[in-house]
Amino acid sequence: MSVDTATVKKVASLARIAISDADAERLAPELNNILGWIEQLGEVDTSSVEPMTAVIPNKLRLREDVVTEGNQRDAVLQNAPQGEHGFFTVPKVVE
Amino acid sequence: MTESTYRIQGETGEWEVVIGLEVHAQVTSNAKLFSGAATAFGAEPNSQVSLIDAAMPGMLPTPNQECIRQAVRTGMAIGAVINKWSRFDRKNYFYADLPQGYQISQLFHPLVGEGQIDISLDDKDPEANVKTIGIERIHVEQDAGKLMHDQHPTRSYVDLNRAGVALMEIVSKPDMRSPQEAGAYLSKLRAILRYVGSCDGNMDQGSMRADVNVSVRKPGAEFGTRTETKNVNSVRFVMQTVEIEARRQVEVLEAGGKIVQETRLFDPDKGETRSMRSKEDAHDYRYFPDPDLLPLELDDAFLEECRASLPELPDAKRRRYEQELGLSAYNAATLTADADTARWFEALLAEGARIQKKGENEVARASANWLLSDLYGALNRLGKDLDTSPVSPEQGAELLALAADGTLSGPLAKQVFEIMLETGDAAGKIVEERGLKQTSDTGAIEAVIAEVLAKNPGQLEQYRGGKEALFGFFVGQTMKAMAGKANPAVVNELLKKALAG
Amino acid sequence: MSDITELGVAELRDGIRTGKFSAREVADAFIVKVSQGKALNAFIVETPEHALAAAKAADEAIAKGEPLKPLSGVPLGMKDLFATKGVQTTAASHMLEGFKPVYESTVSQKLWDAGAGMLGKLNLDQFAMGSSNETSYFGNVISPWRRGGGDNAPLAPGGSSGGSSSAISARLVPGATGTDTGGSIRQPAAFTGIAGIKPTYGRCSRYGIVAFASSLDQAGPMARDVRDCAILLENMAGFDPKDSTSLNLPVPNWEEALSGDLTGKKIGIPAEYLIDGTPTEIAKLWEAGIAWVKDAGAEVIEVSLPHTKYALPTYYIIAPAEASSNLARYDGVRYGLRELADGQNLQDMYAATRAAGFGPEVQRRILIGTYVLSAGFYDAYFTKAQKVRTLIAQDFENAFSMCDLLLTPTAPSSAFALGEKSADPLAMYLNDVFTVPASLAGLPAMSVPAGLDAGGLPLGLQIIGRPLDEQGVLNAGLAIEQRAGFAARPEQWW
Repeated sequence: MSVDTATVKKVASLARIAISDADAERLAPELNNILGWIEQLGEVDTSSVEPMTAVIPNKLRLREDVVTEGNQRDAVLQNAPQGEHGFFTVPKVVE
Repeated sequence: MTESTYRIQGETGEWEVVIGLEVHAQVTSNAKLFSGAATAFGAEPNSQVSLIDAAMPGMLPTPNQECIRQAVRTGMAIGAVINKWSRFDRKNYFYADLPQGYQISQLFHPLVGEGQIDISLDDKDPEANVKTIGIERIHVEQDAGKLMHDQHPTRSYVDLNRAGVALMEIVSKPDMRSPQEAGAYLSKLRAILRYVGSCDGNMDQGSMRADVNVSVRKPGAEFGTRTETKNVNSVRFVMQTVEIEARRQVEVLEAGGKIVQETRLFDPDKGETRSMRSKEDAHDYRYFPDPDLLPLELDDAFLEECRASLPELPDAKRRRYEQELGLSAYNAATLTADADTARWFEALLAEGARIQKKGENEVARASANWLLSDLYGALNRLGKDLDTSPVSPEQGAELLALAADGTLSGPLAKQVFEIMLETGDAAGKIVEERGLKQTSDTGAIEAVIAEVLAKNPGQLEQYRGGKEALFGFFVGQTMKAMAGKANPAVVNELLKKALAG
Repeated sequence: MSDITELGVAELRDGIRTGKFSAREVADAFIVKVSQGKALNAFIVETPEHALAAAKAADEAIAKGEPLKPLSGVPLGMKDLFATKGVQTTAASHMLEGFKPVYESTVSQKLWDAGAGMLGKLNLDQFAMGSSNETSYFGNVISPWRRGGGDNAPLAPGGSSGGSSSAISARLVPGATGTDTGGSIRQPAAFTGIAGIKPTYGRCSRYGIVAFASSLDQAGPMARDVRDCAILLENMAGFDPKDSTSLNLPVPNWEEALSGDLTGKKIGIPAEYLIDGTPTEIAKLWEAGIAWVKDAGAEVIEVSLPHTKYALPTYYIIAPAEASSNLARYDGVRYGLRELADGQNLQDMYAATRAAGFGPEVQRRILIGTYVLSAGFYDAYFTKAQKVRTLIAQDFENAFSMCDLLLTPTAPSSAFALGEKSADPLAMYLNDVFTVPASLAGLPAMSVPAGLDAGGLPLGLQIIGRPLDEQGVLNAGLAIEQRAGFAARPEQWW
């Protein structure tokens, strides 16, 4: 699989990272190089192998249905780049 | 199963509509799916937000047992396969109401597999026209936060109170063929959820909303391309959406156009659906198993508890009301359509049986009739519902018992009931204080009858001359003179004697 | 006392306890060292007040005759990936510059609860992505080591826990926290002549650690020797209900059970770790290591881990994939950087913020991760990698049916110069060739300093153990440490 600049731009857009045309030009061969190297996994026969689900055998615990957190609006908003009246704010979204 | 005959008449002939619903139902729980923040509706903005919900760096999800339990119980209630091994996946996309940049959901291995719901298409006879709608799956996922767009000219406000609240996504198969079926399915699903107690079903508060998948085809042809109309929030709107969207698709196709698989929005004010192009750009959710969570493995004890705690469900209850309580099919269906109604009725029934020392089946019909006509009529008039009823099941049972043992005549019972609605007093107290007890005292009744006959010699003559229809007039006059308190049976008997001379 | 900063964690703890010196003297001494070590750029933030407060608490407890805590008065460095309440936590990124959490990570809280103090937040590769500490927004960390022969080229301290390794090696701190996703504790430890252990996945809570790759990230201690690592790990590990992957097991008394006697132990030597291009010095050191563990009583056998060569490509699918999702939360809405030009919409804001807030290596990995998860590629890349990961874990399981521990080199080379590999991402990734397999299998693994190369730079040996056998790993580490007699230290130039 080969990654061209259009693909790089598409992936960057999915990842919400603004890149210039020059960035895309630079990244395409770089990513190709890495992806080409990764593709050596194709050599491995995994036809009868299950994908790993948990690295160390362990069971998902379920917690009790109890309210333990809340009423901390100031703490939640403390690091916000922009907020007012107890809300985070973002550029107006047109839905 | 009956074939639907709903058809859209197009210029090129008849079209059939194919409908599938994805219902998002908020799981009833105190805390959120992966955090300890509260879920209550209507709190101050961002006051029910944990650091996990706000996706602070290094915060991790821990699952809430109750949310899993309620989803399992819901699955059991629709006869579904419960997957003892399931897991959570991340659905990745960027939006201001999604703090993590992904929604924790279940794509690859949902908690609940295939099940089904029977819907009835005939109110009068629920068993007459039943259709089974397949359920594809139920999975558990996080709700998003809320954006407000009208508070500021250039900014949208973000409230994360809802972010992370547990939802069940209940996905039907494309088994519905008419707006009525879609409406019946949603109503039935809502009833089941409320019976199970896994969702309060309040569609106006957003606790339940439906994504409506609609396509059209010529009858018997392959499925057409579908559109998905998002977040439709009432049964009526779902039915309208189906109707409007199917008609639109027929028009597009008959004009030589093609249906685009897309997300649409229903606008109830304009009565139209329209494309949500803003959300359409290059969706690629990059689902993968959430590495912060291990697979969810349920043991037999957990499943057993879920099953044991399931209540009697609407269909079973309806059949029991018919078969064991002797109610009409219609009354049984009406009383069981909603968990609250059934609960109220059963409280009325239990109390009635207790104080009358009778079997529930002996008091059931009177109880059902009173609830469905007298009480519903009054609540309607007062703009109230069972929840806010001024008369409790216990009070209703007392009233019915007084009617059953002859203390109150039919008219007197209605009179007492009106006073109960106004004052909230118990029937017995009202009867006692106002002396509204029915009398069967033959002496007193005979005296009144004598008076009535004396006052109306003309009618008496006519009656005796063969105009027997005047009997009702004499009954009415006697009852009126006794302020409605005379036992009608005794009045009838004594009147007949007196009139015969 | 000549120089308190020459002492390690155990000696400091015991010295404070026995009144050899006060905790205040300890804190003061290290605070001075930190302030003199700025040329190393090991710290992003210095927090002398935190260390002094812990010292005060320790000294007051002593004065009142109250019992001391396990680490009373011991000052430590905290990798700036751990959230520290009220203290800037950046993951060495512009994205989180100025971010002051309102919460504390579980691991750091445990250390404070044990009486330790914090000298500062240590520099690292940005979001822990890197093997040389050249990806930090706050500048490269410089290793205190230099090549012999007048070559003064600044060397990499390894990464991503490069601030930790540099500061410990230069005696600015006696010990520090690290995190290890594919070798980020072990490789920098090897590069700087110190010890470091990555415990079994799930031993240390990940709560409050800025996530890189959730299925791989593990916290662990770095210190000058094995005993200090054991002490610190005891006070970092433990069950945490706030982390769903945390192991609900008691924390053993690793320090107490330390023993360099390996009688009865079988140590496996995986043939596949002898790769083309491994410097002979490293092969030789490995031979020496084999001799040392034999000398300590162990039986040495050859084992095979056939899928070793696939570990790195597997890692470079799984780690970026998880990272691409874990780092989606940095969007300029709730905290951290926001870039928003006039007239830009929400999606523009995301893209601009993330372009400005993430460095090139972080962006590269997000792009790779996004690509391998995207429609049409998921099975070919991600599912495939998870399957190979199963095979890699099975390799270890098979090996551990024949032996108790594995002995390998930690890294394929000694420290390289800053800038030497930064232009070639693949060459940089290859640095983790020996450390990544154990990470993929979640196994405990440690690096201990074992010798010097011809240039006078430290080399490390790695011991890998069965799940939960940190004791076995530490004991073998101790046996090597006792026999290697590693006493070299960088000459002070900073």
